[in-house]
Amino acid sequence: MNIIVCIKQVPDVTEVSWDPETGSLIRKGIPSIINPNDKNAIEAALQLREMNGGEVTVISMGPSQVEEALREALGMGVDRAIQLTAKQFAGSDTWATAYTLGLAMKKIGQYDLIICGKEAIDGMTAQVGPQLAEYLGLPQLAYAMHIEVVDSKVRVKQKLGDLDRLLEAPMPALITVEREAYQPRVAPMDTILEAYGKEIPVWKPDDLNGEVENFGLTGSPTKLRKVYTPKLIKGKIEMLEGGPEDVARKFIGKLKEKYIL
Amino acid sequence: MASKIDISEYRGVWVFVEQTEGEPARVSLELLGKGRELADKLGVVLTAFLLGESVQDTAKELIFFGADEVIVADHPLLRDYRTELYTDIISEQAMARKPEVLIVGASPIGRDLAPRLSFRLNAGCTADCTGLDIDEESRLFVSTRPAFGGNVMATIICPEHRPQMSTVRPGVMALPEKDDSREGQIIDLELQLDEDACKVKILESVKGASEGVNIQDAERIVAIGMGAGDKETFDMIKELAELLDGEVGATRFAVEAGWVSHDRQIGQTGKTVRPELYVGCGISGAVQHTAGMSASKMIIAINKDPNAEVFKIADYGIVGDVRKVVPAIISELKNQMT
Repeated sequence: MNIIVCIKQVPDVTEVSWDPETGSLIRKGIPSIINPNDKNAIEAALQLREMNGGEVTVISMGPSQVEEALREALGMGVDRAIQLTAKQFAGSDTWATAYTLGLAMKKIGQYDLIICGKEAIDGMTAQVGPQLAEYLGLPQLAYAMHIEVVDSKVRVKQKLGDLDRLLEAPMPALITVEREAYQPRVAPMDTILEAYGKEIPVWKPDDLNGEVENFGLTGSPTKLRKVYTPKLIKGKIEMLEGGPEDVARKFIGKLKEKYIL
Repeated sequence: MASKIDISEYRGVWVFVEQTEGEPARVSLELLGKGRELADKLGVVLTAFLLGESVQDTAKELIFFGADEVIVADHPLLRDYRTELYTDIISEQAMARKPEVLIVGASPIGRDLAPRLSFRLNAGCTADCTGLDIDEESRLFVSTRPAFGGNVMATIICPEHRPQMSTVRPGVMALPEKDDSREGQIIDLELQLDEDACKVKILESVKGASEGVNIQDAERIVAIGMGAGDKETFDMIKELAELLDGEVGATRFAVEAGWVSHDRQIGQTGKTVRPELYVGCGISGAVQHTAGMSASKMIIAINKDPNAEVFKIADYGIVGDVRKVVPAIISELKNQMT
């Protein structure tokens, strides 16, 4: 059974800091990591391989540094990695990303499952998985808590809001994995060392059988108009002062004044 | 992708309506309210798109909440949400009827459906928006969403493709008033659906075991953050929430520390709330949290640090230790009740 896992390298947005002078975001020096949720997808693929045999391929689109993320995935034990890096791919929205990944899947040709994390911590759109499934005409099984293969079909326990569902689909199919499922393993030292010896092919537009105008920023239907730092300043705060008993009385007084109590 | 369509042929605003046993999802009604406003700005019809089984009464309800017309796909196979069938039916109608805007709630169902639908329709889709508007000069649909982990906001347009699609976070838009006197048109689709043609089978579907608090329904919220200290403080905060007839909310930190369950998390990776009263206990005011509560009607913040960001958005502020202030409020509340 052959599985392809799509991963994204993201800035560790929990490490973001602000310039106290200008109030703007400091992007420099933020470490890049494998999107945490994508590690759950890798773990799911590795467990399925352990049970059903086959190969796990990991693929990522991004700037040249995305190689680090792919090496880390190889270190976790995936069999091979493919990198999509070209200036034409830069600025892709979810449509163009799904298109480019889809072309790569067609080039890989033979696969039974594509597994993605539910969403990335930077964009948090959760769109690339379903869009890739649509492009390839695959059944889409989102929010997987558990995956198993039964009689050459795939079964997924799906957490759909407050519903727990069991879905079954023929393969190939595309699955997105929940954050709570498949806690990723710690990479063993021997596979980490092996990972550094592995060749990672880099695919560019010429390697993919696509339309050039569909890649990257030009191919993206959505366009960024502006980015700004949210201003949340109400600027009319009234401080309630005094010891705990004083502020408690004032607190209740305010609730009464506004008819909350 | 390159667009080959004449965008001037596309008119009208559509809202996808999600329902459970005929009950429309709250987020869908919120979107009808916002959709009404967008349709009025554009001078076009607001259409609700409803799929389900025996949903005729629901369709009328949607008109009361602001729709001019409701397209209804009523069939036993549509009772449960199915990605394939829902995508097929909506995309077929959208290709024929050509709406310029299509909005979907960013619920688990909406986030599964909208991207698939957008790819089928060769349209862009902006996910998890917190603001929607029309640029009246260009007639463009303008969506605002948090980006970069919620640290910045991005405004996104989709100039050359139609429909212009967005998903919208639940709780962000206000629930519209229901008006039983409103009238509108109901369009029933003729459907020939076949279970055997569906690749994905639903073998089981049960209500989850989680106790399922919906803090979005709470009118009073007492929220706990990192500065509140520890699990013991949480018990105090729970007591205060109960005395105020409210619910406990939390920052991501408090959820990850294990004090509170994830369904109570407010902010970027949690829920968006707009209660009449929000009391923040030991909450610093990081944008990842405040993006989910800044629309609260009254905000009271309690924090040791007088420079905490939260004081910039609060109506009333108390500089002090949560562990001293909260018990004092609790005993004063109890005093006044007896």
